Amino acid sequence: MLEIKCPYCGKRSQNEFSYGGDATIKRPQLGEEISTEDWDNFVYYRDNPRGKHSELWHHVSGCRQWFKVSRDTATHEIFDTCKMNEDFNV
Amino acid sequence: MSNSFRTTNSTGLINKDKKINFTFNGTIYHGYEGDTLASALIANGVHLVGRSFKYHRPRGFLGVGVEEPNAMVQLHDGNKSEPNIIATEVELVEGLKAKSQNCWPSVQFDIGEINNVLNRFFPAGFYYKTFMWPKSFWMKIYEPFIRKAAGMGKAPLLPDPDRYEHNYEHCDVLVVGSGPSGLASALAAAKNGARVILAEDKPNFGGSLLTDEVTIGNMSGKEWASDTISQLKSMPNVILKKRSQVFGYYDHNMTVMIERVSDHIENPSKYTPRQRLHYIRAGEVIVSTGSIERPISFGNNDRPGIVLASAAKEYMKVYETLVGKKPIIFTNNDTAYSTALEFIKNDIEPIIVDTRDSSNGELVKEVQQKGISIKFNSGIADTKGHLKINSAIIGKLDSSKESFISEETVECDCICMSGGWTPTVHLSSQAGNKLKFNDDIDAFVPDKKRQKETAIGAANGSFTLNQSLAEGFQVGFDLSNKFTDQNNPTNSPNSNEPSYEKHEKLWCMPLPSGKKPKRFIDFQNDVAVSDVELAIREGFRSIEHVKRYTTLGMAGDQGKTSNLNGLQYVSKIEKKIVPEVGHTTFRPPYTPVTIGAIVGREVGNHYLPTRKSPIHTWHEENNAVFVAAGLWQRPRYYPRGSEDMNSAVNREAANVRKNVGICDVTTLGKIDIKGPDAPEFLNRVYTNAWLKLPVGKARYGVMLREDGMVFDDGTTSRLSENHFHMTTTTAQAANVLSHLEYYLQVVWPDLDVNVLSTTEQWSGIAVAGPKSRDLLSKLFPDVDMSNEGLPFMGLVDSSIDGIKARIYRISFSGELAYEVNVESNYGLYTWKKIMEVGQSFDIQPYGTEALSTLRIEMGHVAGAELDGRTIPFDVGLNSMVSQKKDFIGKRSLSKDAFTESDRQTIVGLVPLDKKTKIPEGSHIIEDNSAVAPIPKLGHVSSSCWSVEYNNPFSIAIIKDGKNKIGKNLYAVSPLKDISIPVEVVSSHYVDPEGSRVRS
Ligand SMILES: [Zn+2]
Repeated sequence: MLEIKCPYCGKRSQNEFSYGGDATIKRPQLGEEISTEDWDNFVYYRDNPRGKHSELWHHVSGCRQWFKVSRDTATHEIFDTCKMNEDFNV
Repeated sequence: MSNSFRTTNSTGLINKDKKINFTFNGTIYHGYEGDTLASALIANGVHLVGRSFKYHRPRGFLGVGVEEPNAMVQLHDGNKSEPNIIATEVELVEGLKAKSQNCWPSVQFDIGEINNVLNRFFPAGFYYKTFMWPKSFWMKIYEPFIRKAAGMGKAPLLPDPDRYEHNYEHCDVLVVGSGPSGLASALAAAKNGARVILAEDKPNFGGSLLTDEVTIGNMSGKEWASDTISQLKSMPNVILKKRSQVFGYYDHNMTVMIERVSDHIENPSKYTPRQRLHYIRAGEVIVSTGSIERPISFGNNDRPGIVLASAAKEYMKVYETLVGKKPIIFTNNDTAYSTALEFIKNDIEPIIVDTRDSSNGELVKEVQQKGISIKFNSGIADTKGHLKINSAIIGKLDSSKESFISEETVECDCICMSGGWTPTVHLSSQAGNKLKFNDDIDAFVPDKKRQKETAIGAANGSFTLNQSLAEGFQVGFDLSNKFTDQNNPTNSPNSNEPSYEKHEKLWCMPLPSGKKPKRFIDFQNDVAVSDVELAIREGFRSIEHVKRYTTLGMAGDQGKTSNLNGLQYVSKIEKKIVPEVGHTTFRPPYTPVTIGAIVGREVGNHYLPTRKSPIHTWHEENNAVFVAAGLWQRPRYYPRGSEDMNSAVNREAANVRKNVGICDVTTLGKIDIKGPDAPEFLNRVYTNAWLKLPVGKARYGVMLREDGMVFDDGTTSRLSENHFHMTTTTAQAANVLSHLEYYLQVVWPDLDVNVLSTTEQWSGIAVAGPKSRDLLSKLFPDVDMSNEGLPFMGLVDSSIDGIKARIYRISFSGELAYEVNVESNYGLYTWKKIMEVGQSFDIQPYGTEALSTLRIEMGHVAGAELDGRTIPFDVGLNSMVSQKKDFIGKRSLSKDAFTESDRQTIVGLVPLDKKTKIPEGSHIIEDNSAVAPIPKLGHVSSSCWSVEYNNPFSIAIIKDGKNKIGKNLYAVSPLKDISIPVEVVSSHYVDPEGSRVRS
């Protein structure tokens, strides 16, 4: 079980959180003209990197904030966590 | 022969003043307090404890602790029965009952032993080869055969009556194992102020110090151990746990430890758990798990009475028990000589067989000084004795040590073997440590760590006491310094132990001349040298493949005694060095763990939390039959007298259509939405328009996922300019909240909106039916309930007996209906009040079944239709989709597949005979006489008995549904083996114009 540092609450066990996928995905603007291919890339296609991955987690059984986690998908090492409006330090 | 194998000394850890009676295979024996089941049986001369896994060969004890591969027994009877328990780990307790497993009819005479005679038919990979084909044989012939033949213990069929607990711990330093290095590191870390947990699997702390003749400072090793424990006990920053095995090392330094709390207590108190599972998140983990002695492979090296030399020593020193009175010591190293000396202390002269040409070790010399001659350059070629060893064939090795030049038969009643020592690296390996091979000790040791884990002492390949203590004190201090600022090191005391000469790199004896007895490597999985040879001959190269093909090092044992001997043999055949062969992965649990302990208290009603509405007690008092809706308990129906479910549901639903019904809808998700951008937010979240919803009005809304599938639906009301009250379905309440939070926090953080769940703050009561207006007028005389005063989708605040209430005019049943919301604490009172006033209007409560009937008849969609595979157009929600604005998921709706003209759509189905109910999940097909594969048009999502028309009615989602109305099709259920001719009708079966809700 991972130990994740919520930027609002501090270190908590993984079972308080839920995973929210790739944090680098940007939703297209509302009303934006967009090709089916670009839309499909947004909806369905995700990279599956081995190694460092910037991802979203949601502190569901805590402060209910979404935040960013930089995690190694192979070793589960967590390099940094930060609020949505912040950038990772490492 | 009761306890005839006890020694006469009393230097061990058993209490000969306290007799304990126990039963093994129906015979009553006695042992003493402090015994294990293993030591007590051995003391009574019982070595035969089970039959081997594959060949059903008679097997006895090999070890004395967790390393034991053979002596697995079934404990207790009935609901306490427990299979596959390692007898060396069971503390003797009065009345203990144990029996052998994997044998029939008895351990002495076992039918399965025929497998041994036929062993040439049971080579490595036997199962893979023999049972591959024909396929049809698998279920009926092969599987039952394998199950019967390969059966280990029997799982009890009754629920486990024992209590298990879970505990969560945090500490700075967790020390696993209380041998010299573990004690030293715990002491150093604790004295430096760190919060320390010290875990020991056995009932006594001390590890090898309990059996080794050493001195530390001015004390014996055993005294130093007990002195150190006393010091640790007195420190408030230390938790000492014995009978506690750390069996798993997971991510981020999470370890899991099983504590045997009351297994060893005769009559534990009712509230004492049997076992406790500790989740320990440690800052640093010190792995001081010691080492396990290696067996040697030689002909028939698995007979009862053949044990590890260290086990024989521990049985003598700790349990005052002799594994035999005519021992042979067989070794490739010096440490086994301490076992020889222990026998000599008990006036028994062992025969010593040493593969090496000579040794000048201190212990070897000491043995020689006692006048014992040693057979150097010799090995054991074979053994005899069916149920217990009675003799050994000792051979003189030739110079290459690849064959014997002469052989002699020697009587014996036990062989104590030693192939050297293997560091117990399981936990380090589980932690992700990349092991390296240490050629000096011929074993893998931890090297590149991935987690905060440090192996010390024998687990780190440091086999001398001096090294172990020095590492322990140093590492304990260094690691604790990360957590404290005391900087207070503890010095390592001087220690003294005999010097040892090097072991010989020889773990497999040549075969005796003219014979091919099995030479076992893995006792638990019955893997012999010949199986490894076969696997390699058949082309298995990767050690992981050899492991799976032969089953070497698998299962509960995890290769504790077999792993390295297997690797060494592969490397020998392959002519590769061991590091090139590599090693297999060690997996948790290190030792078997009872399922009950993993489950803990999460059993029965505690399996999941139960959510109850504030009106729950009324439902109970009024004979409700409940159904689980997620965690909620909801009334399904309220049977009267001898009514069955169908009659009750039909009565309840018909009463809503005719009079008035009342339904507890507290479980609906409710979300409070506030902020200046709230209308804009709802406009993006829902498919329809929200900007112009007037204050005091409710609106039905549908939300999609980005992929265009319907996510949820519900009504949302505007309470004031910037304040909305959203309702969700019961099932999706939590997901909708996360969804809204995601868009507000991640996607559109510029929107000034707050969302908050108010599901538990409001109690909701639906009042539905033609008489609902009259009833509410009486309940709320101040409110104008007329169609103009409170129109459909209107809402009004009022009160009932001084309780604030909000009345929504919304309908799920399709009838004129209202929903009364009050603060949760007043839910029950309000419900009772409505029931009381409603008597004169023939009010009846209705449950979820009638609720479904009513909405199905009306063609209102619910979870069965909104199953994550339907877009709004599939389920008749076309009018809900705004063409003017963008919203979540809108772009997906214009994708090719979603705009095909013959796409699936929602329809109604009525059976032609107007009698046969159509099972939910039935397939819809066009041609009943077609042969498989028959094209499927769609499926039945919801079914009910229409109380309006008094015949069955179903909703289905079928291809090109809108053009199928009026046609006859078939609903087939292969599960129930029925095919029902049906007519396709509109899904709006009752009141398609929707006039009733607006009446
Ligand atoms: Zn938080």
